Amino acid sequence: MAQKELLKVKNLKQYFPIKGGFFGRTVNHVKAVDDVSFEIKEGETLSLVGESGCGKSTTGRAILRLDDPTEGTIEFNGEDLLALNKKEMRNRRKDIQVIFQDPYASLNPRQSVYQILAEAMEIQNVVPKQKRRERAIELLETVGLNGDQVDRYPHEFSGGQRQRIGIARALAVEPKLIICDEAVSALDVSVQAQVLNLLKKLQREFNLTFLFIAHDLGVVRHISDRIIVMYLGKVVEIADKKTLFENPQHPYTKALLSAIPTPDPEVKKERIVLEGDVPSPINPPSGCRFHTRCPFATEVCAEKVPELKNHGFMEEGHRAACHHVDEIASGELGPKY
Amino acid sequence: MSEEIILDIKNLQTVFRDEDSEVRAVDGVSFSLPKGKTLGVVGESGSGKSVTALSILRLIDHPGKVEGGEINFKGKDLTKISDKEMRSIRGNQISMIFQEPMTSLNPVYTIGQQIRETLKVHQGLGKQSGNEKSVELLKLVGIPSPEDRIKQYPHELSGGMRQRVMIAIALACNPELLIADEPTTALDVTIQAQILELINRLQDEMGMSVIMITHDMGVVAETCDYVAVMYGGKVVEYADVKTLFKDPKHPYTVGLLNSIPRHDIDVDELEPIRGSVPSPKDMPKGCRFASRCPFATDLCVEELPSLDEIEDGNEVRCWIYSDRWDGDPEVKEHGPKRTS
Ligand SMILES: Nc1ncnc2c1ncn2[C@@H]1O[C@H](COP(=O)(O)OP(=O)(O)O)[C@@H](O)[C@H]1O
Ligand SMILES: Nc1ncnc2c1ncn2[C@@H]1O[C@H](COP(=O)(O)OP(=O)(O)O)[C@@H](O)[C@H]1O
Ligand code: SF4
Ligand code: SF4
Ligand SMILES: [Mg+2]
Ligand SMILES: [Mg+2]
Repeated sequence: MAQKELLKVKNLKQYFPIKGGFFGRTVNHVKAVDDVSFEIKEGETLSLVGESGCGKSTTGRAILRLDDPTEGTIEFNGEDLLALNKKEMRNRRKDIQVIFQDPYASLNPRQSVYQILAEAMEIQNVVPKQKRRERAIELLETVGLNGDQVDRYPHEFSGGQRQRIGIARALAVEPKLIICDEAVSALDVSVQAQVLNLLKKLQREFNLTFLFIAHDLGVVRHISDRIIVMYLGKVVEIADKKTLFENPQHPYTKALLSAIPTPDPEVKKERIVLEGDVPSPINPPSGCRFHTRCPFATEVCAEKVPELKNHGFMEEGHRAACHHVDEIASGELGPKY
Repeated sequence: MSEEIILDIKNLQTVFRDEDSEVRAVDGVSFSLPKGKTLGVVGESGSGKSVTALSILRLIDHPGKVEGGEINFKGKDLTKISDKEMRSIRGNQISMIFQEPMTSLNPVYTIGQQIRETLKVHQGLGKQSGNEKSVELLKLVGIPSPEDRIKQYPHELSGGMRQRVMIAIALACNPELLIADEPTTALDVTIQAQILELINRLQDEMGMSVIMITHDMGVVAETCDYVAVMYGGKVVEYADVKTLFKDPKHPYTVGLLNSIPRHDIDVDELEPIRGSVPSPKDMPKGCRFASRCPFATDLCVEELPSLDEIEDGNEVRCWIYSDRWDGDPEVKEHGPKRTS
């Protein structure tokens, strides 16, 4: 299937300045995202995973132009988003919508659901004024709420229902790409499952493309086509879902997957317990950023930045950034624990 | 079962009242914990897990009140003893750790000062011996260079390190019972793995009993021996961990398990529980789960089922398992269906 590339991110860097000293000069940088490249095909779900602070949200914010990237290019539908001025970008926001973790924080408590949805339609001018109410009711029903709840206010809904309102608002402008930043993370599992099923259904119905940001790998396995694993601002591995979960190659991905508790007491698996914490992105470790915690690290790991690439034995489209992928896979290099 | 029971809770009732409303946060919770074992308490947010924990420690403040039931700890009913006696049990025999260590650590004191204070209050240790014991405790919970760490303030530590400090404080007096309320919910999975391993190891070494409060069925499966599933302020199922996962009986337990997106296997379609938790101010009078249960009958809506033992050690609060069940005969025969 030759799908069209909808979004193409190239060499994205986002360095946040740290001000200090007497004159408030920039004394250092948080290297939140450091040379990240990927593309998303139309109709697919690509997930960004990794532990908090690894740069997932920053990547999403750069695509939405909520922050201006330090370096790199972002192409949407062949158009360079970073070259657009504010007004042009606002128009483009019709195509790129976002759903955040806490819908309550992004829904105005003084607006009824109708007003929230109508405002989105008005800004993007997608539905004529006299049709907006009808459309709002239709949208509510699309996301599994009752059309007759259209005049209610956000506080009258449960957490899961509010997230559905957030989804309805994103859908109101008929976007192509939706960035879901921890969109189901705050929900209880029974309700989270409802929202996940809804997102999948909407994707099929409207041929939506998702950039799905999450730290829960169960959720990610359920929703994704392809997955990117990040560590300290860098992509360490990228693969289709099946390959990533069943045949991960990067030592960090393996440790991350092995750390997730399995909801089955009969399964006894081997756990790779990583020592220590994630280092600071202000002065990240040299070479491979994972070398301070990696059980396979050798001298070269502290010296040279590993390239994200396909090593001969890996599936097509599967890439990992590790100097020792081959020796680890063949068993030549063993872990130090 | 001939195990020694360290904690036995019977029909606990904790209510929050103000002029115009009443929240029965814990409404008839019963469970028991054998000595040296881990009991998981699971359920959705608002189901009464934290209030149960705080009730055990008698830390419920106005407008909340424990209005009924028994909390038998080593044969003594904690609802009946004096405040003084309770204070000496708290911290000495029963300790608690919370989800967000930052809110329970005092930002203006160093880590060392806070551990020493605990040791002074509960064990009467002076500065010198308190310091030595603090360093030893931090070492025990896996904090590198503890001699330096005791001079640091909470904000200078990462989330995982702060949780280790909280565990060190909780362990300062060798408690017999540790209550951990979502101890890893705010942490990343690799750090969660470290903390759970730490709690497991310390439990083995010290022979502690643990109540592990969590909403994560994975954490339950990996750390617990017994499980109490809560819904709407009540225990709806109690079983040993293997039985609970292999042969869950309550429709809510089954619904929870069917909702989990698994990281280890492919599940085509999740089967969510429909609807959402009823408002605590407006609990249905019958089975609390009736509005979401696919098997609910008139009886379920009208009358609350009791928590009954239906197999050895397996208790369920559901009409399906009673003589009065007049709904789907299929579910009575085979139980609610697991889809994953
Ligand atoms: N506006 C900002 N200024 C300074 N640092 C920031 C800013 N936004 C994010 N960061 C830092 O960038 C890193 C990546 O953050 P983020 O993208 O939010 O991570 P994630 O979403 O993966 O948890 C973190 O270290 C965070 O503290
Ligand atoms: N201080 C309080 N005042 C009023 N209601 C409370 C208070 N604390 C808890 N509750 C209510 O008690 C119920 C159970 O809460 P809690 O035990 O915290 O749930 P869980 O820990 O299972 O998420 C909830 O409905 C909550 O709103
Ligand atoms: S490059 Fe070295 S440190 Fe980095 S993941 Fe590979 S083996 Fe580990
Ligand atoms: S008592 Fe009835 S409503 Fe409640 S869980 Fe059992 S079958 Fe469902
Ligand atoms: Mg984020
Ligand atoms: Mg709680």
